[in-house]
Amino acid sequence: MSKGGAVAGLTERAGDRLFRYGVLCAGLAVVGLAAALALELASGSRLAWSEFGPAFLWSSSWNPVSERFGALPFLYGTLVSSALALAIAGPLGVGSAIFLAELAPRRISDACCFFIEILAAVPSVVLGLMGIFILVPGVRAVSPFLIEHLGFLPFFRGTPYGVGMLTAGLILSIMILPYITSISREVLLSVPRPLKEAALALGATRWETVRLVSLPYARSGILGAVFLALGRALGETMAVTMVIGNSPRISASLFDPAYTMAAVLANELAEATSDLHLHALMAIAGTLFMLTLGMNALARWMILGTPTARRRP
Amino acid sequence: MGNKILGLALMCAMTLQAPAAVRAGDVLTLNGAGATFPYPIYSKWFDEFRTVRPDVQINYQSIGSGGGIRQITERTVDFGATDGPMTDKLLFKVDGKLHHIPTVLGAVVPVYNIAGTPDLQLTGGLLADIYLGKVKRWDDPAVRKVNPEAKLPEVPITVIRRSDGSGTTFCFVDYLSKVSPEFEKTVGRGTAVNWPVGLGGKGNEGVAGLVKQTPNALGYVELIYAEQNGLSHAAVQNAEGKFVKGSVAGVTAAAAGSAKNMPKDYRVSITNAPGAESYPISTFTWLLVYEKNSGTKGKVLNEFLRWMLDSGQKLAPGLGYAPLPPAVAASVQKTVTTIR
Repeated sequence: MSKGGAVAGLTERAGDRLFRYGVLCAGLAVVGLAAALALELASGSRLAWSEFGPAFLWSSSWNPVSERFGALPFLYGTLVSSALALAIAGPLGVGSAIFLAELAPRRISDACCFFIEILAAVPSVVLGLMGIFILVPGVRAVSPFLIEHLGFLPFFRGTPYGVGMLTAGLILSIMILPYITSISREVLLSVPRPLKEAALALGATRWETVRLVSLPYARSGILGAVFLALGRALGETMAVTMVIGNSPRISASLFDPAYTMAAVLANELAEATSDLHLHALMAIAGTLFMLTLGMNALARWMILGTPTARRRP
Repeated sequence: MGNKILGLALMCAMTLQAPAAVRAGDVLTLNGAGATFPYPIYSKWFDEFRTVRPDVQINYQSIGSGGGIRQITERTVDFGATDGPMTDKLLFKVDGKLHHIPTVLGAVVPVYNIAGTPDLQLTGGLLADIYLGKVKRWDDPAVRKVNPEAKLPEVPITVIRRSDGSGTTFCFVDYLSKVSPEFEKTVGRGTAVNWPVGLGGKGNEGVAGLVKQTPNALGYVELIYAEQNGLSHAAVQNAEGKFVKGSVAGVTAAAAGSAKNMPKDYRVSITNAPGAESYPISTFTWLLVYEKNSGTKGKVLNEFLRWMLDSGQKLAPGLGYAPLPPAVAASVQKTVTTIR
């Protein structure tokens, strides 16, 4: 009230007031929507929480017949597949962004970026089909080699079915790559030219300029891109369901089938007849909601903690 | 205000009049929801029924049996549909008399992908042991014993099953639970179960796709999906000891075999049915209809169901579904007359 009114003079025009309340309503609606979602998830899952308590989160049985439910295998699958995707797409995305922003001629860079952004628009079910027809046979063909040479690690043991955690991680990395690349490129392009020129004038090589000037300056933006990508990976449903094998078991091997929280919701919600089953699924949804919320909070905290963010007004 | 009251009165008058003569342009809409497995035949029926009654529009959402049961229990739809009969516990929550009306039958077949596609025979006990993870390889003595002639690979079996809750799974595990006490104890019956082994595919098409792609895989799908995808399916030993391949005729035989012991409410499992020709992994699929319905809806439902049991049944085999055996259809006709 006070600030806007003071600037505009003593009286606020009707149009201004209308605009202000309109925008206020829109803003409140967003908050209200999130609150309503949280409330609905809480009330829809109360049976599961009262039956299993917090142990729901670390219990690993999921048996709709005997009605014993626990979220751990899904929590594990979601976190590991997303981490795998970030491990693959993170360096690849930032690396390609550095190339596109710093090394490639502007015209080529723009053209590449156009195609990368198209990749982000591919529907996930299409990517899932591509996963089934290309990635799954590919992983099945490569895994015996990995088992033979890297089999001393627990991640590379077991039977190569083709579908499983590794394939899910790969498909997720393809899905999140465009986010990391195109945002990171944009951020790197916004690094002030004089800064880079100063570094070059001091005799820094191209690599040193990127490492000591561009990357530190763009760090908060790149972190933001990575967390946006992580958010997408955590919630991705269709493509993952199609290639992960959907088995609620925890296994160190990346070749074994696994399950994610989003996938179990897509699979079982339609046919859940008993109340407890339905409430357990809602509890999974609530857990996923809290996880993404936590990740976002962490991202905020990390981005605010970077020096560039503090420097900016 | 006055206009509203007038409108309301007019509407009341129209509803009272409606059964006698539906005016041209007035379309009565019925909404249903439920099972996905019979969706192709249901949409064909609802389409064809319009030629009989152009003034009736039936909408059907294939949201899954679980959703169908929930919605008809809350009366948010005019009829539901399910692949597995409702349990007593679920029926207890229903307010009013809800009928299970069997419509058609389907079969679940074990499909496999073995190089050279040898003819494969399976007993119920063997199938249960494979899905329990006890029989792990194609060259296991238990597999060899029922397939002395077949050339089987010396590799592990890649077991594939549904990951989503489904009536297909219910029918399959219902059969395995009947033939293997151990399966009943460790896995049990349900639209979604806790599988000890295997990879999960989403939907019939997901399982068919995985089996087609994975060498040495074994999975289970609805008969029609096996045929559409050109997957070879195994013959399964029935209650009389004969090995029968899944087919429309085998399913109708199974239904006829269990028609004698048909309970009054039609909530019956026909897996492992008696009869030499019976295919053992078969199931009815049901519409869920209240005995008393509001307004003219009951009358229209009644008319549709009688049409479905007569002309509708002839459309079933063309789409891969088995029609009801005549004895069952006759008995269902009698039940349908009570719906109003």
